[in-house]
Amino acid sequence: MDLSTRYLGMELRNPLVASASPLSGTVAGVQRLADAGVGAVVLPSLFEEQLRREAAQNGTWADAGTESFAESLSYFPAGAAIDPGPHQYVSLLERATGAVDIPVIASLNGSTTGGWTDYATALEEAGAAAIELNIYHLPGDPMFPGRDVEQRHVEILTTVKAVVDIPVAVKLSPYFSSTGEMALRLDRAGADGLVLFNRFLQPDIDPETLTVTARFGLSRPAEGRLPRAWIALLAGRVNACLAATTGVDHAADLARYLLAGADVVMTASALLRHGVAHAGVMLDGLSQWLARKGFASVSDARGLLSVPVDADGAASQRAAYVTVMQEANAGHRHW
Amino acid sequence: MTRATVDGNEAAASVAYRLSEVCCIYPITPSSPMAELADEWSSQGRPNLWGAVPSVVEMQSEGGAAGALHGSLQGGALATTFTASQGLLLMIPNMYKIAGELTPAVLHVAARSLAAQGLSIFGDHSDVMAVRQTGFALLASASVQEAHDLALVAHAATLATRIPFLHFFDGFRTSHELNTISLLDDADLRALVPDELVRAHRGRALSPDRPFIRGTAQNPDTYFQARETVNPFYAAVPGAVQDAMDALAGRTGRHYSVVEYSGHPQADRVIVVMGSAGQTVAETVTHLTALGERVGVAQVRLYRPFPARELVDALPPTVSRIAVLDRTKEPGSAGEPLFLDVTAALADAFQISERDTLPQIIGGRYGLSSKEFTPGMAAGIFAELAAAKPRRRFTVGITDDVSGSSLQYDPSLDIEPPGTVRAVFFGLGSDGTVGANKNTIKILGADEGAHAQGYFVYDSKKSGSQTVSHLRFGPMPIRAPYLVRHASFVGCHQFGLLERADVLGFAAPGATLLLNCPHRAEEVWDALPRPVQEQILAKRIELYAIDAGRIARDVGLGGRTNTVLQTCFFAISGVLPRDEAVARIKSAITKTYGRRGADVVARNTQAVDRALDGLHQIKVPGRVTSAIELPPVVPATAPEFVRTVTAEMLAGRGNDLPVSALPADGTYPVGTAAYEKRNISDLVAQWDPDLCIQCGNCSFVCPHSVIRSTYYDQAMLDGAPEGFRSAPLDARGLPGTEFTLQVYVEDCTGCELCVQACPVTAPGQPGHKAINLAPREPVLGSERANIAFFETLPVADRARVDFGTVRGAQFLKPLFEFSGACAGCGETPYIKLLSQLFGDRLLVANATGCSSIYGGNLPTTPWTAGPDGRGPAWSNSLFEDNAEFGLGFRLAADRQAQTARRRLSELREQAGAELVDEILSAPQLGESELASQRERIAELKRRLAAATCAVQPGQPADPVQDALLDLLSVADHLVRRSVWIVGGDGWAYDIGAGGLDHVLASGRNVNVLVLDTEVYSNTGGQSSKATPLGAVAKFAASGKTMPKKDLALQAIAYGYVYVARVAMGADPQQTLRAFREAEAYDGPSLIIAYSHCIAHGIEMRDGLGQQYRATASGYWPLIRYDPVLRDCGGNPFLLDSPRPRIPLSDYTRRELRYRALGNTDPAEAERLAALAQQAVDRQWDTYEEMATRGPAHFPPDARRPAPGAANVQEDH
Repeated sequence: MDLSTRYLGMELRNPLVASASPLSGTVAGVQRLADAGVGAVVLPSLFEEQLRREAAQNGTWADAGTESFAESLSYFPAGAAIDPGPHQYVSLLERATGAVDIPVIASLNGSTTGGWTDYATALEEAGAAAIELNIYHLPGDPMFPGRDVEQRHVEILTTVKAVVDIPVAVKLSPYFSSTGEMALRLDRAGADGLVLFNRFLQPDIDPETLTVTARFGLSRPAEGRLPRAWIALLAGRVNACLAATTGVDHAADLARYLLAGADVVMTASALLRHGVAHAGVMLDGLSQWLARKGFASVSDARGLLSVPVDADGAASQRAAYVTVMQEANAGHRHW
Repeated sequence: MTRATVDGNEAAASVAYRLSEVCCIYPITPSSPMAELADEWSSQGRPNLWGAVPSVVEMQSEGGAAGALHGSLQGGALATTFTASQGLLLMIPNMYKIAGELTPAVLHVAARSLAAQGLSIFGDHSDVMAVRQTGFALLASASVQEAHDLALVAHAATLATRIPFLHFFDGFRTSHELNTISLLDDADLRALVPDELVRAHRGRALSPDRPFIRGTAQNPDTYFQARETVNPFYAAVPGAVQDAMDALAGRTGRHYSVVEYSGHPQADRVIVVMGSAGQTVAETVTHLTALGERVGVAQVRLYRPFPARELVDALPPTVSRIAVLDRTKEPGSAGEPLFLDVTAALADAFQISERDTLPQIIGGRYGLSSKEFTPGMAAGIFAELAAAKPRRRFTVGITDDVSGSSLQYDPSLDIEPPGTVRAVFFGLGSDGTVGANKNTIKILGADEGAHAQGYFVYDSKKSGSQTVSHLRFGPMPIRAPYLVRHASFVGCHQFGLLERADVLGFAAPGATLLLNCPHRAEEVWDALPRPVQEQILAKRIELYAIDAGRIARDVGLGGRTNTVLQTCFFAISGVLPRDEAVARIKSAITKTYGRRGADVVARNTQAVDRALDGLHQIKVPGRVTSAIELPPVVPATAPEFVRTVTAEMLAGRGNDLPVSALPADGTYPVGTAAYEKRNISDLVAQWDPDLCIQCGNCSFVCPHSVIRSTYYDQAMLDGAPEGFRSAPLDARGLPGTEFTLQVYVEDCTGCELCVQACPVTAPGQPGHKAINLAPREPVLGSERANIAFFETLPVADRARVDFGTVRGAQFLKPLFEFSGACAGCGETPYIKLLSQLFGDRLLVANATGCSSIYGGNLPTTPWTAGPDGRGPAWSNSLFEDNAEFGLGFRLAADRQAQTARRRLSELREQAGAELVDEILSAPQLGESELASQRERIAELKRRLAAATCAVQPGQPADPVQDALLDLLSVADHLVRRSVWIVGGDGWAYDIGAGGLDHVLASGRNVNVLVLDTEVYSNTGGQSSKATPLGAVAKFAASGKTMPKKDLALQAIAYGYVYVARVAMGADPQQTLRAFREAEAYDGPSLIIAYSHCIAHGIEMRDGLGQQYRATASGYWPLIRYDPVLRDCGGNPFLLDSPRPRIPLSDYTRRELRYRALGNTDPAEAERLAALAQQAVDRQWDTYEEMATRGPAHFPPDARRPAPGAANVQEDH
């Protein structure tokens, strides 16, 4: 079965991509993912803010207690408190790229314009096959206008595109007033790929301790419906590749996304939940499904259930919504 | 020629490293930086003179380092080591061997005092004088430049002569003094160390290709003669050293002599001296000769082999009186070593008519433990030499009112050249003052033709510590190895220090004072204490002020006011044009902080710009306006010793204490820390009684024993101060009883561990707990009154307290309080718990290290006594022998207990049969049993005292009375004593491992508490065998590649050792249980306690959280191995913590020690992290398997009762 696909101008052996997660945080982890059969790997995001915070912490911790007591004028070897910068990430990228023969995509989350461009350049130099922009923009000011949020996304993309030659994808939030327009704007601004959607690490509240806690849950298949709907709508309407993420657990989820029009399907939750070897299980399942349905390749199945380009997208979505609502209500009719 | 501003350690190490192939290292103050630099350079791949990167190997002790050094040398390597003090003593056996075998080698020593009546980390020649007989040549450097130059001379001369060299310089005074020097380049080194000598050394090495044996055993027939074979080699040394010095002079223009005379060519009085004091005397001689005095100084650089001829030749024939100064004390000798050598040399010369006269020679001691030696003292000695009958032996620099040895001198003598700028800065360790001053020195010393010197005086405390920086700048080389006394600039970087230190005591008339002050410019003058205003007026001081704290906070630098104040110094002092100074500071900021990231650089740069705007000159009115008086150092109610001795030390006047004020045998009263109210934190713990569930967690974890709890009858609240807090005791069976948790706010360090440990959150106020940090100042007055009232409340009766719960144990009075440990220390909560549980019968043997320093570093003593006068008896012997020392406590206690029991049996009738039988059969496990036994002993002692009251000392007594007196002298031993051997991982895993192993194997009833910080914390974070895989530490700058030793399993292997691994932050109840079980176990016990540490690179307030994560990740499994269980048929191995539930990385990523490698070598960090996780998994599997084994799989306890432990055996 021909599982190959193209993503961001790259030929992938199959459409299953390991998305950013702790699994790809080490070279050994990337190797395990490659051995398990994935078509490409996205490294965990490089967070500029986190690096800056770590740099400040490192300095504070290294200075603590120094030059105070005659026997211990310092507590660390010189240089222990250096600014981590992107050094560690770049090293991971370099080593991972050298260790596997599938594309390794870097993921970047900057917090300053300089951060976006400097780090993007460093990632390109380190051999990234492509860069995924993880634009985690949560303005603390509730009065921050939505249009400005959108504009910020476009600016980041164009800024990064201006300094690198490798493909650049944008991992989008689903929380735009008009997600479709946002996608089209990014497409026009030169995005090589759109990754739908980002799942934000939203803090939780512990009612027992009355504290805000950091929690992160793995996605569930049902969560795939939203991105799938948008992929179905955007397929054929944008030049950018479309990557699906969220709610991928089994081969059937891959099939669903491909039918909707995704070029690649990304997952971290399935691999974290079932283990890295589950990639092989999903790919086998995909092959079997394609064969069972009489497809010779992934390309044959791709986009079969996308919203046709000549259709009225909104009307199509509306019609599907109404239909689904009617069926759902019908299922719960007790009278 | 390249110039640099470096300290003596770096000056020596830079030469030693380049001329060595092997460095065998071990940390000891003040030599540690030499080893650290060697390790750092090696890990950076810096090559030696021959292009190879030296192997730098940390050993388990200095003894080990010397052994490895000896082996390396015999293997043909050029090898060196760095050490001081006790470390050098541990090398002595090998030094004899190395010298006896004529092996070229150089030891670099930052000379330091030896532990005698007390340990001292500071500088004198006690250590090097203790090895003068080993056969090593001793070469003394007197300055930072000399430490650099003579290091080369030593390396060159040892290869030329085959005599091993010990190159030394004064600890701290030279080792830690920053000074501008000219550097020796590789060509200089190559010129003095010819390759053929290196090859000759290699040619003498052991080799199976040309075998021989070395190190034979010799017999009476030949040993003596063989010992004399080396004489020609020693005879050649002075000449060879001088040759090397001359060669050095030829290349550098810096001339040295093995004995160097300077002064009047026809001097009648001469001082002979060695080390940095030589500079002081030489400068004084210059001053005095200019005044017409015929004086001189002979500075001895080569001390062994003693250059008798060179000395005699150096002294002018006109000399009639000589004072020889020794920086050591040899009690009971005819004189100190240099004095005796000089006397012998001149006597010889006189006897063989090389000299016409024999000068009168007197000997004096000076400068022990870095005691200041000043031009005034040098002048005082010359004055003594001019006296009609100079004292034959003397001391200088102290007031000896016991033996009358001390000379008088003029302390105000100032001979420094007028072109030298002198500045003194007072700061706190946490504000970065010292770092900024080091920067300043490097900035100013960088100019061609400029010279700079910096010396820094630190505190005896690790938290809230005060620093004093002494800086000099000028156009001439600065040879003033003593503190600045007449400063033209004084910086006071903490406003509060004006009340605690005599800041202006250092100011010269007309000096400038820069004050970091939280007050507005117009309020500054009135905010000053009255005595400070008086000094400002009397000395006509110019006053400048800035609110540096606010600026630092505004630009995001927190409490680091250093950059702001450094900028102000340059702006006011005029040592550089202002614009140039600003540019230089900014350049230094980039250099210093560049690697820490753009944010740090930007914040500091902003601080520079803001500083100039915030600086104000304060108009000084013509009169004193302040009514603010300096607070008393200690309360008037303090004991006399505290008022007359401790308080003087606290006030910085310890130098003025006379000999008679100090105990002769190093014995000091306990509990004096309670009189020192340091108020080091603006935020302190405050209790909310309405929320509190009285669990005791906060006081359990408090590192400084500032949180106390008690319960008492409600009626006792009558007369309580308004605002005294209490709550009904949350316990059944005690109606009408109140509970109070009292915070000693003046002793609180604001570490926040208590807040982290508190399990309660206010329903309506997220983040508000039952104990919180709040500003100290508003509550200070009321809390003082509360504490005073609290201290009138009854202390819980030990017999009624439930020792088995965290809450119950916290009703026991801590007998370890208010130590100077780091804020949030992870060690001291364990020590406090120890003192609470067993304090009234506790003997502590404390290994040298953090715990001996915060436990026993004067001025104050945190170990204290309870209301009944009983409390822990504590002592520190050495670093390496602590287990053995503690075993000695046990042996003595057992012996005396046996004597007491035997005497009791013999005197059954006289002492009262019933009482005797009760005493001999009393169980002594529970507190009520112990209390009952104490009552019996008290009664016994009353009877014995009555029966022997007629006996007069020296008067013959009858045998029965002798026996009664004998019993009386040991009667206290009839209460079971608890012997604890306490120390850190450097001791337990490394230097003391052999002794610890042996003591555990002895089977005797001792308890060992290892405070495991996983590094040598006290000397600044060097790697030990407890350091975990993948962590970065000094001596493991590239990440530790060996796993942590499993000390617990080693001890468990004996079968009869009680072993526990505990982490208070993970499970305080398990900690408590382990302590009690260990103490109750009649045999050796070992507790390994996770102790978070500032050297881990963490938020100290998160220390308990890290303990929890260490356990949750499986890195630090909580275990107990209780041999008693095996005997009862149970599995003695108990795994107390659940299976790992977070990855190791969740624990490690929060600590700089683990993060650091990821920043410098990500691939290696990743490799080691994976291995560390595997090691954790494997260890867990092993432990889990052990926890499920049957008891038969563990070795049985085959011990028989120890002879002296009979009572304990019976009691059990």
